Amino acid sequence: MAEKRALQMDSINVYYDDFHALWDISLDVERGEIVSIIGSNGSGKSTLLNAIAGQLSPRTGVISYFGETISGLQPHETVAKGIALVPEGRRVFPRLTVFENLLMGSYTPKARQNRRQSLNKVYALFPRLEERSEQMADTLSGGEQQMLAIGRALMSEPQMLLCDEISLGLAPIVIKGIYQNIRQINEQGLTIILVEQDITRSLKAANRAYVMLEGKVVLSGSPSELTEERVKEAYFGI
Amino acid sequence: MEGLLQDIVNGLLLGGLYAIVAIGLSTIFGIVRLVNLAHGDLMILAAYLSLFMVASLGISPLLTLFAIIPVMFAVGYVLQRFLLNRVLGKEMEPPLLVAFGVSIIVQNFMLMAFTPDARSLMSDLSLKTFSLGANLSIPVLYLINFCIAIAVIIGLHYFLQNTYMGRGIRAASDDPYAAKLMGINTQNTYAVAMGLAIMTAGVAGVLVGMTFTFYPHSGPQYLIIAFGVVVIGGLGSMKGTFVGGLILALAQILGARFFGPGYQLLCGYVVLLIVLAVRPQGILGRG
Repeated sequence: MAEKRALQMDSINVYYDDFHALWDISLDVERGEIVSIIGSNGSGKSTLLNAIAGQLSPRTGVISYFGETISGLQPHETVAKGIALVPEGRRVFPRLTVFENLLMGSYTPKARQNRRQSLNKVYALFPRLEERSEQMADTLSGGEQQMLAIGRALMSEPQMLLCDEISLGLAPIVIKGIYQNIRQINEQGLTIILVEQDITRSLKAANRAYVMLEGKVVLSGSPSELTEERVKEAYFGI
Repeated sequence: MEGLLQDIVNGLLLGGLYAIVAIGLSTIFGIVRLVNLAHGDLMILAAYLSLFMVASLGISPLLTLFAIIPVMFAVGYVLQRFLLNRVLGKEMEPPLLVAFGVSIIVQNFMLMAFTPDARSLMSDLSLKTFSLGANLSIPVLYLINFCIAIAVIIGLHYFLQNTYMGRGIRAASDDPYAAKLMGINTQNTYAVAMGLAIMTAGVAGVLVGMTFTFYPHSGPQYLIIAFGVVVIGGLGSMKGTFVGGLILALAQILGARFFGPGYQLLCGYVVLLIVLAVRPQGILGRG
């Protein structure tokens, strides 16, 4: 399929019961792009990723993925379609080994068939995970857990990777390594959406960025258009 | 010291039976954080189902296991999928109350369907023994209980450790949100876990029915044994459950030997209290 647009959202509205979390969000992501979504705490960035992954269902609006409507699908259906979410806080399975955590990433029937190749790819990207494959995940350092969370997401053979705050709580040197991995993954052809609070880091990695404030997109453009002042202006709503 | 060796062997063999009585309760608590108060009653239900088949088909109680295992799996699956899943994830109390309700319903159903008379699953195995030397004889039925218990526990352990579904069950137990992201249908995995737990209860019920007499309200008695085993051995540890079964049964049998049969239960609970005081997480429980 020659569809170039990986993801398109048209006036998405998401609610938590009565709380209106996302307001008329429209955005699009081209195939092979790294798109960054920045915004302060509680601006709706994670909600946005969870809506794409199917953890939340938009009340109105349409999300389409390579031309196919995916809004309203369950998480196991979006995973099968090739969307993988690296959740905020890593959320590795603490009492499963590193190897078992990775296996869980290939739980869907199609990914399960190719788990050997996927595993080799992940180990090539993160040799550290292979060294620690028999360790329980909760014995890993924060950076290693982040690698595991990313590796686990890659095990589902996704075309699009959604990364939620992957630098949170990590040392700068570790963050640098993780971002190199993200670039490598992107070069292998994956479309990536990054959600970050760290504006500088995020803009450096991205082809384009959206700035969110209180559940709305307030600014978008390429990193060169989005100078730090403009972002700060939007960020703090001044 | 006459007969001491015999008592120890009897205690160990009985311990295997206690372990299989407890393994389902321990497993489902470890996975879903649910204290299944209906565990003992579902065991006894399986014993009655077996009795029904023995009476109508004239087969050995052990053969009824081939039917009991799938039927009890289905009972557990349906119970979790359509009832207990609805109250999970909030607090401990709602699932506890629902399980208590199931316990009452099952007990009264059995009272209506099978009358309050004492029953047992008779077979020619009950009285057989074989002797090892002059002072030691092994009751065949106890030995069968022990072997089946070990086979079931090892089988369950293997399933949870080495299959996709088993790992999925553990993943869903560790972090349901992340498990959903992986494409794991958590509602289904919980139901499979409960199916397995009730399946082990079914096996335990048949073995208990072959070994002792049972009534419609025998369930709670075995629920308490299961609690004792789990507390001694440590929650969520299969090895612990096995060891816990051995210790509780040994304490009861040796207690009866040294202090008289009236002290059998008391001795079991004293050991339970000692373990609680010294090592509250259980002998092999996680700290």
